[in-house]
Amino acid sequence: MEKYKFKPKSRVREFIGEKFIQINAYAAIAAVLLIFIFIFKEAAPIFYDQDVKQEASLDKMIFKQQFKKGREPKWAWQPESDIPKFSLLPLFIGTLKAAIIAMLFATPLGVGAAVYSSQFASKRMREIIKPVIELLAGIPSVVLGFFALLVLATVIQNLFGLTYRLNAINAGVALGLAVIPIVFTIAEDAMTSVPNSLRDASLALGANPWQVTLSVVLPAAFPGIAAGVVLGFGRAIGETMIVLMASGNAAIISASFTDSIRTFAATIAAELAEVVFGSAHYHVLFFIGTILFLFTFVLNMLGDVAMTRIKTRLQGKLQ
Amino acid sequence: MNVFIEPTTRSASPEIDFETLHENRKNSGAIPKFLTFFAAMIIAAMLAIILGNIVWGGYGIISLDFLRLPPENGMEGGGIFPAIFGTVALVILMVIAVVPIGVFTAVFLSEYTTPTSISTRLIRQAINNLAGVPSIVFGLFGMGFFIAFIGGGIDALFFDSGRPVWGQPAIIWAALTLALLTLPVVIISTEEALRTIPSEIKDASLALGATKLQTIRRIVIPQAMPGILTGAILAVGRGAGEVAPIMFTGAAYYLPYLPTKLNDQFMELGYHVYVMATQSPDIEKTKPILYGTVLVLLLLTFLLNFTAILIRSRMRARRASAAQ
Repeated sequence: MEKYKFKPKSRVREFIGEKFIQINAYAAIAAVLLIFIFIFKEAAPIFYDQDVKQEASLDKMIFKQQFKKGREPKWAWQPESDIPKFSLLPLFIGTLKAAIIAMLFATPLGVGAAVYSSQFASKRMREIIKPVIELLAGIPSVVLGFFALLVLATVIQNLFGLTYRLNAINAGVALGLAVIPIVFTIAEDAMTSVPNSLRDASLALGANPWQVTLSVVLPAAFPGIAAGVVLGFGRAIGETMIVLMASGNAAIISASFTDSIRTFAATIAAELAEVVFGSAHYHVLFFIGTILFLFTFVLNMLGDVAMTRIKTRLQGKLQ
Repeated sequence: MNVFIEPTTRSASPEIDFETLHENRKNSGAIPKFLTFFAAMIIAAMLAIILGNIVWGGYGIISLDFLRLPPENGMEGGGIFPAIFGTVALVILMVIAVVPIGVFTAVFLSEYTTPTSISTRLIRQAINNLAGVPSIVFGLFGMGFFIAFIGGGIDALFFDSGRPVWGQPAIIWAALTLALLTLPVVIISTEEALRTIPSEIKDASLALGATKLQTIRRIVIPQAMPGILTGAILAVGRGAGEVAPIMFTGAAYYLPYLPTKLNDQFMELGYHVYVMATQSPDIEKTKPILYGTVLVLLLLTFLLNFTAILIRSRMRARRASAAQ
């Protein structure tokens, strides 16, 4: 480029244009950094502000607390009671329960459909399955939450004879509907990127299509499938509207999946509107936001590494 | 890699057991095939049930008045016009904010850097991470950054009335928050379009004496227009359905007026669904309107997604025919 002779004016314009585009391109990096900085800034008083620490310090959020004399120490999330209680354990358990159900529901369906679509389906069948998944992915989460709240909850309650309409199973299944497209898309992508030469070689050696899938395609695509599950799990942890509407929002500690739950994300959504600006409760909600951000950040990194590795391995070594 | 094949074909014997091979081929895994097919069908059936339920419950209520009137009687009557208006205004502002940034980022990635350079990898990593941030975290960020920091800053500098003017939930802050959330969608879609442009066209432009910037403006961007459009539409489809990011940054339960200024609050379809479904004193009375609203929201997002998919598949077909 430098070899050509331009009028000086256009060279200046060229330089300014390039810098302008470049600055824009760093917007994504700036956004990620700003998100972290501004969320953490509001969460930080938990670590140094004495007034805030009195109500909600790290060990108060993690360990059992004795709130009244003579009572058993316990974990509890009751931020607006006379004695505010900020234990994160009930929320953590709720988040985990919903995500576990969601993954138990979404992984077999998502991976199974991906195996079918990439290995067995005719071209025409594939052209039906893919838009179905895209449609499912296009349903806004508030609509899935609405469906779970009004329809699915009743169905599940009657099916299993449950006491509570809104519970971890209901929220988890609805959440699974949002996770399936993620698992499917990434797993399918990984399996189609397994080179045909591998498949053909296996077929030529006498394996049948299912044996090829089981012993050639699935092992080769495993990191990609794992990445799909990991990213789906990240979505299940961070999804807000579905659990806010379908889970019952009761912060209780129990091992039962038929009890109501309250998750991290739903807690922020339900409580931030009424919280007093600058109170301990306010800072704790931002602290929960920080946890969610960091957690999904790490999961994304892991998923990304797995996907890059599988692509370079399959396309680099085996071409 | 673990390439495990039937013991017969593995055996050291030089004679091939055609009998077993044939049997093996004939028994080509009908059960697994059926099981995976079944998984796909379950997904399709669930989608059909959800859509069927919503269409069944909602189509009766939708009329011109429903789309034209504001809510009445504590949302048990009337229409949803303010929510439709608010949603459209919101996504228009969002698109104005997100498309230029997204397109420039994609142009930078594909025209100015190599895929292996550090800046490309950093930007790409950031885009991936941004796409994975939970939507409620965007809401927190919009509140902390746009409302408190930027809006509050403007108030402190230019207004000293004591009452917040910009430092409060407003449509502009909600739109900017959504713009951040949809940025990866626009970037990825534009990049895909940029990759389809043959380098011969760019080379020809450069050889004729055009500068790189002129080539980008007159050749690359016009050629990538379908992809940019796809990205914008997908972003709108995504943005129109998101509720968590706008709950604290500008959406209102109910407003007697339409938003006319950038710092007004607004009603929005998704948020309206949430409010009616969870805060209604008598859900049975709200139900028809609720279903109608969900149907309108769903039609809106599906129509947008469908258009985007159509443009994209045309673009891909063009690319495939150009490659031959």
